[in-house]
Amino acid sequence: MTLLTGWGRMEPTRSTVLSGDDERLADAVRGAGPRGVLARGSGRSYGDAAGNSGGVVLDMTARHRILSFDRAAGLIRVEAGLTLDALLRAVVPAGWCPPVLPGTAHVTVGGAIAADVHGKNHADAGSFGDHVTSVDLLTADGTAHTLTHRDALLRATMGGMGLTGVVLRADLRLRPLDTAWVTLVHRRVDGLRGLLDGLSAVAPGWHAVARLDPSAGRGVLSLSAPARLREVPTVHRAEPLRYLAPRPLPCPPLPLAGLARPRLVGAANRLLGLGRRTVREVRPLPVAMFPLDRITGWNRVYGRSGLLQYQFVVPASAEAELAEALRMVAGAPVGVPLLVLKRLGRAGPGLLSFPMDGWTLAADFPAHPALAPLLARLDALVAAAGGRVYLAKDAGTDPRHLPAMYPGLTEFRRLRGHWDPAGVFRSDLARRLSL
Amino acid sequence: MMDGLRRPQSMVLLGGTSELGLAIARRYLAMGPLRVVLAGRPSRLLEEAAADLAAAGAQVEIVPFDAAEPATHEAALGACFAGGDVDLAVVAFGLLPDQDTALRDPALAVRTASVNYTGAVSAGVLLAREMTVQGHGVIVVLSSVAGERPRPANFLYGSAKAGLTAFTRGLAGHLGGTGVRVLLVRAGFVHTRMTAGLSVPPLATTPDAVAEAVVDAVWRGSGDVWVPRAARPVALLLRLLPHAVLRRLP
Repeated sequence: MTLLTGWGRMEPTRSTVLSGDDERLADAVRGAGPRGVLARGSGRSYGDAAGNSGGVVLDMTARHRILSFDRAAGLIRVEAGLTLDALLRAVVPAGWCPPVLPGTAHVTVGGAIAADVHGKNHADAGSFGDHVTSVDLLTADGTAHTLTHRDALLRATMGGMGLTGVVLRADLRLRPLDTAWVTLVHRRVDGLRGLLDGLSAVAPGWHAVARLDPSAGRGVLSLSAPARLREVPTVHRAEPLRYLAPRPLPCPPLPLAGLARPRLVGAANRLLGLGRRTVREVRPLPVAMFPLDRITGWNRVYGRSGLLQYQFVVPASAEAELAEALRMVAGAPVGVPLLVLKRLGRAGPGLLSFPMDGWTLAADFPAHPALAPLLARLDALVAAAGGRVYLAKDAGTDPRHLPAMYPGLTEFRRLRGHWDPAGVFRSDLARRLSL
Repeated sequence: MMDGLRRPQSMVLLGGTSELGLAIARRYLAMGPLRVVLAGRPSRLLEEAAADLAAAGAQVEIVPFDAAEPATHEAALGACFAGGDVDLAVVAFGLLPDQDTALRDPALAVRTASVNYTGAVSAGVLLAREMTVQGHGVIVVLSSVAGERPRPANFLYGSAKAGLTAFTRGLAGHLGGTGVRVLLVRAGFVHTRMTAGLSVPPLATTPDAVAEAVVDAVWRGSGDVWVPRAARPVALLLRLLPHAVLRRLP
């Protein structure tokens, strides 16, 4: 009996946590009670996606072996509980990298598949599922199936939030890497128009993200790309592929955690105060790609009540709606410490994949009931614009909007009904949103 | 499920015509979609309460429930949970008869005790059991400042509420680690049908004020709340009063 919550620290729920080998997990699935079973990775989804109140939660993090690694072809087979951090430490020195990296390296491969995560290079590289060549999935009947892109069940599993089964293992395709360094170019841009243009005109291979200052109507556009050997600092040039992860700083314990908030938010928004218009820097890959990983447990800075991240995507043509959403967010009753805008490229491979060709905005709020009217208006705006909210972040969407936001939901439900007629795989997210 | 703003999606109101309970339901309804189960004795008042909530956009069900008949509670609570998880349950029923009448009528005195205490114990135990199975939920128990140090004029009602307060605190401790939380609400004099016609003491409050305090306490995750806040120091003072002085209070 364990109390579990999500990264946003919403109300914890109680479940029975189990872990073990394939046989043990299959037993748990076959012996599932009425509250069902759910696999959980690092618990980095913000809301209740990795919770299963009253049921069984399979902790996958102990299953973190690399099963095979083809250094010539860049193909790797891993257990689902392996974190991207551990994966990077193994493959980067060999000159390889997963093509898609989300904002934190602490997610597991299984979680990255279940949420079909994206990075800052989505237009170029697609989402995580695009580079998964096969998945071993434990389904509701307690048997394991090896799925490839030809299987409809894999399309339901990618972005399926763990509701089709337990991802046991996955085969991933990696991208070659010359150095473990990243060249970053930050540019201060005034006005939304300039930011949208900047995010649209990104050269192939580059990552792009904009951090916004909603009150000042400006932002900083950050472009990044793998550094070339001659850009790597001289002292590191002999070993350019060494993975230089900084030692994370601990966040103070809860009563004092709030003291670290200005520092955290300041670090994340460091560039908003950019004096010069353009700054160029070369940083180790983990420093450049995962700035928030530098403080462990940074979610604590929002205090006991936690944080709520609202991330949505609207189609590329819906710029007016995006601007309207930004105005709404800027007027939030609680203030928005972090606001991040990205361009997504094309629909993801899964039936419930979040990405679509459009603009995605992520706003971190300190959770508070006063946000209710704002969230309701944002939900309505996003749904009407043909967009959707990100289920991996969700902690407050009105379930009535889900079918409009996720047209693939009907087919997803049909496949789930076929493979899991008794509803063995359940989650608090699925209960809340009637997935 | 409660969401990130700790808004329930479903709530059960035991004492379906309770003005305090209905005020809580309306407040949550203003924050998002809500399914409400009104559990109470069948009456026109109950039908009207259901109709009002439905008109305000809630999905409403009625379940017959009589606080004074604990033997029927298991079936009634089962019906309350039949429609799916219950995120928030409010134990809101209560009985406040005229004390002098009750002291002349032992049956009424016993009924006061059984509705306010025994009935609430039965409902509380069943709610705790159901919610422990679902692994989450909040039980809100509406007790009273009258239970802190029952005064001569209302010791009958006060003694039952004193028992309810003690039971609720014990239940809250017992449910630690289960994912189920208990919120003990100690309200002072609230302007409702139940108190209509009584002389109004200082620190009187309204159902809306109680509902606001409850919603806020559920959000903060606190285990007890006093409405109004000043009731707490007043209750402390009452507890410290020598018996000789208390006897002279109304």
